[in-house]
Formats: sequence, structure tokens, C-alpha cells
Amino acid sequence: MVVSEPAEPRARRSPFRRLITDPQAIITASFLLLLVILGILAPVITQQGPNVANLQAINAEVGTPGLLLGGDQSGRDIFSRLMHSINTSVITALIGAGVATTIGLSFGLVGGYFGGRIRAAIEWLFNLIMTFPGLLLLIVLMPLTGGDYRVTMLIFGVLLSPGVYRIVRNVTVGVRNELYVDAARASGLPTARILLRHVMPAIRGPVIVATAFIMGGAIGTQSGLAFLGVGSTEVPSFGAMIASGFLNLYVDGTQFLWPALVLGLMTSSFVLLGNSLRDALEGPRPKAVKATAGARVTSRQARLAAGLTGPIPAAEAAALESDTDALLQVRDLELSYPSPDGGEPKQVLHGVSLELRAGETLGLVGESGSGKSQTAFSILKLLPATATVTGGSVRLDGREILPLRESEMRGIRGRDIAYVPQEPMANLDPAYTVGAQLVEGIRATTSLSRREAKERAMELLGKVGIPDPARTYASYPHQISGGMAQRVLIAAAIASRPRVLIADEPTTALDVTIQAEILDLLRDLQEEMGMAILLVTHNFGVVADMCDRIAVMQHGRIVEEGDVLQVFHEPRHPYTQSLLRSILDETTVRDDGRFAASGAATKESK
Amino acid sequence: MTTEPLLEITDLRVEFPGRGFRAKPNEVLHGVSLDVAPGEVLGLVGESGSGKTTIGRAVLGLVKPSGGTIRFDGEDITHAGPRERRELAKSIQVVFQDPYTSLNPALTIGDILSEPLVVRGISAKEARARVSTLLDHVGLPKDAAERLPREFSGGQRQRVAIARALAPEPRLIVCDEPVSALDLTTQALVLQLLMDIQERTGVALLFISHDLAVVRHLSHRVAVIYKGDIVEVGPAARVTLEPEHGYTRRLLLAAPVADPVEQRKRRAERKRLASAGYLDTHAGPIIAG
Repeated sequence: MVVSEPAEPRARRSPFRRLITDPQAIITASFLLLLVILGILAPVITQQGPNVANLQAINAEVGTPGLLLGGDQSGRDIFSRLMHSINTSVITALIGAGVATTIGLSFGLVGGYFGGRIRAAIEWLFNLIMTFPGLLLLIVLMPLTGGDYRVTMLIFGVLLSPGVYRIVRNVTVGVRNELYVDAARASGLPTARILLRHVMPAIRGPVIVATAFIMGGAIGTQSGLAFLGVGSTEVPSFGAMIASGFLNLYVDGTQFLWPALVLGLMTSSFVLLGNSLRDALEGPRPKAVKATAGARVTSRQARLAAGLTGPIPAAEAAALESDTDALLQVRDLELSYPSPDGGEPKQVLHGVSLELRAGETLGLVGESGSGKSQTAFSILKLLPATATVTGGSVRLDGREILPLRESEMRGIRGRDIAYVPQEPMANLDPAYTVGAQLVEGIRATTSLSRREAKERAMELLGKVGIPDPARTYASYPHQISGGMAQRVLIAAAIASRPRVLIADEPTTALDVTIQAEILDLLRDLQEEMGMAILLVTHNFGVVADMCDRIAVMQHGRIVEEGDVLQVFHEPRHPYTQSLLRSILDETTVRDDGRFAASGAATKESK
Repeated sequence: MTTEPLLEITDLRVEFPGRGFRAKPNEVLHGVSLDVAPGEVLGLVGESGSGKTTIGRAVLGLVKPSGGTIRFDGEDITHAGPRERRELAKSIQVVFQDPYTSLNPALTIGDILSEPLVVRGISAKEARARVSTLLDHVGLPKDAAERLPREFSGGQRQRVAIARALAPEPRLIVCDEPVSALDLTTQALVLQLLMDIQERTGVALLFISHDLAVVRHLSHRVAVIYKGDIVEVGPAARVTLEPEHGYTRRLLLAAPVADPVEQRKRRAERKRLASAGYLDTHAGPIIAG
């Protein structure tokens, strides 16, 4: 037990490593770095100041000696202005994003962690800020800021802080509810340390990403304001340059080109870098295109896989069928998933064979990861798109179902083979009433009219022991208990009188008293309808209660199969033996003589 | 045997605010009284929504009681402030149910275990030595300290959580369903580990579980909670084998025995007693006459 599982080297790749292998991140980051360096070196690499006007240089052409990019309409050096504008933009970005992040981060942490009145007050404040019309406010406040773009960006940062606040607050609230934060509190850690050590790492990623976007946004806004002529004309900026270039568009189109080009590249670099950061910090998103391609391949492979067993001539099929009276027959089923790092596919089922006879209950038992649910889902053909059946066969009444198309399978699923899931609540749509969902299911598998289907649904609800069918019919899933929800799903499953019912841990999510009722119900229904049940479970008590036969799974293989009494009383495989040994028996009571008599007796007399 | 309890809960009430404006608060504990003696294991059994977890969280100071008192070692800790709580953390610890979310995925096992020690002013070197002893106590390899939680299985993570609880050498550990999320074989091993540690260190446990069999194995005494009220308290053997309260009986008979022959008998017994009304929630002892 103490043997450690092999570490996954891939999963351990740090975000930084991911970032420096992403070409988009490298290109945009180096470009931004280059701009910053050029900005810093501006006084050195330019021959004159950005505001020095020279009559000779008015609308000078590109390449005029001393004027690399020519002069503008006032005779100022465009190249010099361009370089100095970079500095303006960088300062803009730093102030805007700095203010927004500082305010948003600190209030987000406090509001997210504490809640109650503190959060309500902060929330109110930020909602108020969000109602301010951003750009307009910046223009209106111009007399107050004195046209200094730095003060303007300070205000702009405040206006953008609700965005950061919301991100931080939401993540903090999420982390706050994690058990490890409760554990940290129970360990006696001070709040500041909990915020720093446990909450901050979760927030870091989203905030860095948001900051990159805000930087791009701040530069854009500042340029916009400068373009409109709001603010000091002394400060060189892309916006002001574009405005002046605009006026000379017909005299010299390139004047307008340079600042627009640098501004465009700079802001888009921020946005692209933000995207790369998100991918690196929050993990790449699965690409939709890839998934569908995989699905196509899979269904093709499934058909190929089924082809492995060859098309079976009718006579031969009949012969096979007469071999056994099994209703459902699984032979040498193999299933694999592609490995996350693109290496060898990971095989999860290594040739599983089992048989289910009409009217019997077979328990498929195993611990987590043994492949028992994968087996059940393979029979239902409800596997994820990435799963590949690499071999074997599944026959229902002698008919091979693995190569069937989804449309054909739909005729079998819910009609011949029904399914009861583990999490009843997760399998009901919260937006529709229980009745509507039942009727939909009934009408999908039968040709009943809406009214007939409703009658049938009511009848079924009564049959699964729901005391007031009409009320449950009209209820939404959140209005009924977990036990009731499981009864509803059983009602849906037996609607078409299936011959095989696959129940995947049908009572694991339920309380033990409810479990007993649901198992009673399944047993009664089986007696009445004669269906075969494949019961997937990890609970040997449930197996003992329900099953005629039992198959024990370990690591994707069936290690032992047999009559329930035989397996319980004379298990042959060592794994089965160890499982049965781990069951807590019904009689051992702790008795170390310390409290059993004396301590308890005094307590009880109270 | 001292009669002075280590933990004494008297008439504890907890309510959660109702949903919506001016909604009535929802009371989940209606005056619960319990006590745990030093070195004792008290099992607390109940189904989902019974309030069993809330009791544990109230003891840990993670929820605020609306009434009643909680005394630890004679001192009233019902409304202990943050500073007192930090002091108490030395004496009262916790092991949660879900070993996947109770360990911070971003910290190494060594950091998780040494954090509470370092905060208390223990030097990094001493803490490291202590961590390695703790890992040894819970049966994990020494190199586990350098690794992240995701590299471990559920059972191993629960061992880490137990080591974390043991770190300050507490006198009481609240165990909230510590083995429910584990596989059968792992569950048996972790239970054995808890029992060994309890015997060796003499730490008292408030052991919360929905599983009567688990509680029976570990507890000296057992309390049964149903919808926010304790319905039965007594020695483990009596409560879990010959329960007096109708609800406890229902709980006992509803749990299937892992033996087809025995289970058939139990099922029949359950049906018989149910039809006779002995499994109603207010049914008392089955006593002839």
C-alpha cells in the first residue's frame, strides 16, 4: 500500500517551462522587451528631443539626413517622437495595470475570504465604480488632472479595478471553501499566512493574465485620449502622432503609418502574450477540432475492431449462441485510452469476458480503477470519444453490438439494455420537471402519444414506490431527495421493460437506509419483470444482498468468477481473498478494557 | 479513571441562515450534548444531513454555534477568538474525509506537514526532522516529503492528513469520515493505522462516520445522531449490536452483511421488525412486557 505510484513527469512541467516553449509567448515577449529597451535608450539613439521643432524638417521625407523617419508637420523628428512615445506607453501600462491590480487584488482577497458585511460593503463600492462611464469620465476630469496622462491613468486604473476584483474574489471564495484551507485554519495558521500560502498561488495565474490585458487596454485608451487631443500636447504619444499624421495623410501617408504600426503591434503583443500566459498558467484548453477527429477515428476503429472478430455467418452465429444460454455475452473485451503525453495508449481492459443469463443478477466487483465501470460503459457503448475498443465482442442475444452505429445503438439502449447511474441527481436535468424528463424518455423508446406517455410515467412512478406520483411528476429535481431521484431513474430505466439492466454503483451516493430500500425495489422489480441485472459495485454487502453470481475485477481483468456463495466462502484468487479479509466483520467491537465498562457506565447514568 | 471529560458539548445548537431575504434560519443541531474523555474514542454515527459533520466543525471553530457550550479541558471554547483558536490548534486537530481536497495541491508533503510547526516558531531544521518522524509513524517513505500530493493515492494522502493532524501532538482529533472515500483494502489499513496511533499516543478521537461497522471497530462509545438530535449514546457493543432506539436499529439492519447467508437473515429480520413498527424513529427498546 505504501508503494508509491510513479510520478508523472509531464504533469510536473512548470508553467514557466510551458511558456518558454510557446513560440507565441517568446515572440511577443521579446518584441515587448525590445520596445522597452528602445524606449529607455531613446535619449541616446535619437539626435534631437521629441519636441524640438525645425522649420527645415517640416514634412521632411523618410531618410532625410538626421531624420530617419522624416519630420512631421511641425518639423519634429518622427523617429525621436516614436521612441519617446514608447516610454509614455510603458508608463501608461504600468500605472494603469499597477493601480487596477493593487486595488482589485487586495479588496478581492479581503472580500473573498471574509464575506459577510465586509464583502457586502466592498461589493457595493465596486459596483458603484463599474457604473461610471470610463472614457467620458476621464475626459470630464481633465481640468482636475491638469492633462497629465499619468494622473489620468491612475483614475483609469481605479475604473478597471472591478475586473481584477471580481476575478480575485471568485477564486478566493472557491479556495476558501476547500478543505485544505479549513485544515490550515484548524492547524492554527494566522489569516495572513493562509492568504499568502494557500490562496495566493491559486490567484496568481488569473491575475497575471488579467494584468497583461489591462496593460494593452491602458495603452489603447491613453492613445485614444491623445488622439482626441485630450491632455498635454508636450507629451509625445502614439495617439498624438497618429492625430498629426492624420492631418497630413495626403501630403505624406507614412507619417501616420509609423505610430499606428508600433501601437498596433504593442497592444496586440500584450493581448497575445496574455493568451499565452493563460495557456501556460491555467493549462491548455482541449481543441474542439481534435476531439471530433478523434471521435471519428474511434468509431471507425471500433468498427475495425469488431471486424477483427470477422463477420459471423448466420449458421456459425447460431452455433455460438447455442453454446450458451447467455443473454449478454462479453468476450475478450479490450479497451484503451490514448496516453496524455502521446506515447503508448493506456490499456484499461485486458480481455474481459463475462456472461449474464436471463433473469439473474451478476455482481461486477472491484476497487476504484479496476475497470468495472469501463466494462459497463463498453457494453452500453457510452464511452468517451477518445476510448478505443481494440478487441473482443459484446453480444446481446447472439447479436454483435460493438460494430453498431450510434443510431442503431439508440434502438437497443433504453429498450433492451437500460442503465441506472451512480449519481441520481447529476443525471436529472435541473431545468425540467421529473415528469417531463420521464415522458421524453418514454416517447423516445416507444410510439406512445404524449398523454399515454404521461399515464405510463405516473404508473411507473407508483411502481417504484413513490408515495405521491402526481406530486413527484410535477417536481423539479432539486425538490426531491437523492433516494427519490434514484427511484425516478429506475422508473425511467424500466419504462420499456428492458431485458438487461446495468446498474453502476446505484446506491453508493445514498444513505444506508435508503440503499436498503432501493435494493429491495430492484429485487422486487426483477422478480416481477424477469430482467437480468449487471450490478457494478465495490460493496460486498450489496453483492451479498443482491447477486446470484459474482465477477471480481482487478487491473482491467476478471480474476475470479463464480456462484456468490462459493466466492464468499471459498475464494480462490488471492486478490479476492485479500478483499474479503478487508471487510470489517459484524461482531468485532473495540475492547481494550479502557472505557468499555467503567467510563461508559458513568456516562450513561447521567 | 477520571470522570472529568476532555471535551464536553452541552446543548449545542447551530443554525445556518435561510435562503432569501428575511428567511427563517435553518437549525441543523437542536441542542446536542456529548462528551469525550481523555484517550477515548467516541464514534458519532449518522446519515447525510443529520448534522454530524457540523458538530465536528463547531468543535474546530469552523462554524459558529447559536446556542449551548463547548468546553475543552474545562475551559469554555464556544466563542474562542482567533488567538485562542490558534492556541487550541495545538490540542485539537482534524482529519477530513476527502484526501483529495484537504491537501493543498501546490505544496509538497514536507511543506504541508512542517507549516504548522514553523508557524509555531520551530526551526526549519527541527521541523524537517519532525516531518520525517511523522512520515515514518504513518507508514510513508521518507522521500515523500519532497513530493506533491497528486503523486499519491487516496490512502497515502489520508496518511499525510493523519500525519498533519499528529504534528502538534494534540489531545483530541476530530476525524470526519476519514476512511469513507477510500477503497476497501485501503480503508482497512488506514483504520488499523488510526487505531495503532490512538493506542500508542492516547489521543482522544471524535470519530464521525455514516458507517456503523467502521465506528464499531474503532470506538469505545458510540453516539447516534438523527436529524440534529442525539438519539442514543452508549458503549460501542451495546449501541452497535443491540441498539435500543428504533432509528439505530434501522441503521444497523439496513447495512448489508458481506455474507449471502447472513444477509438473507438480516433482510428478513429488517422486514419483520419494520412491519411491526420497531424501526420507527421513536420506537424504544424491544422489551417484552
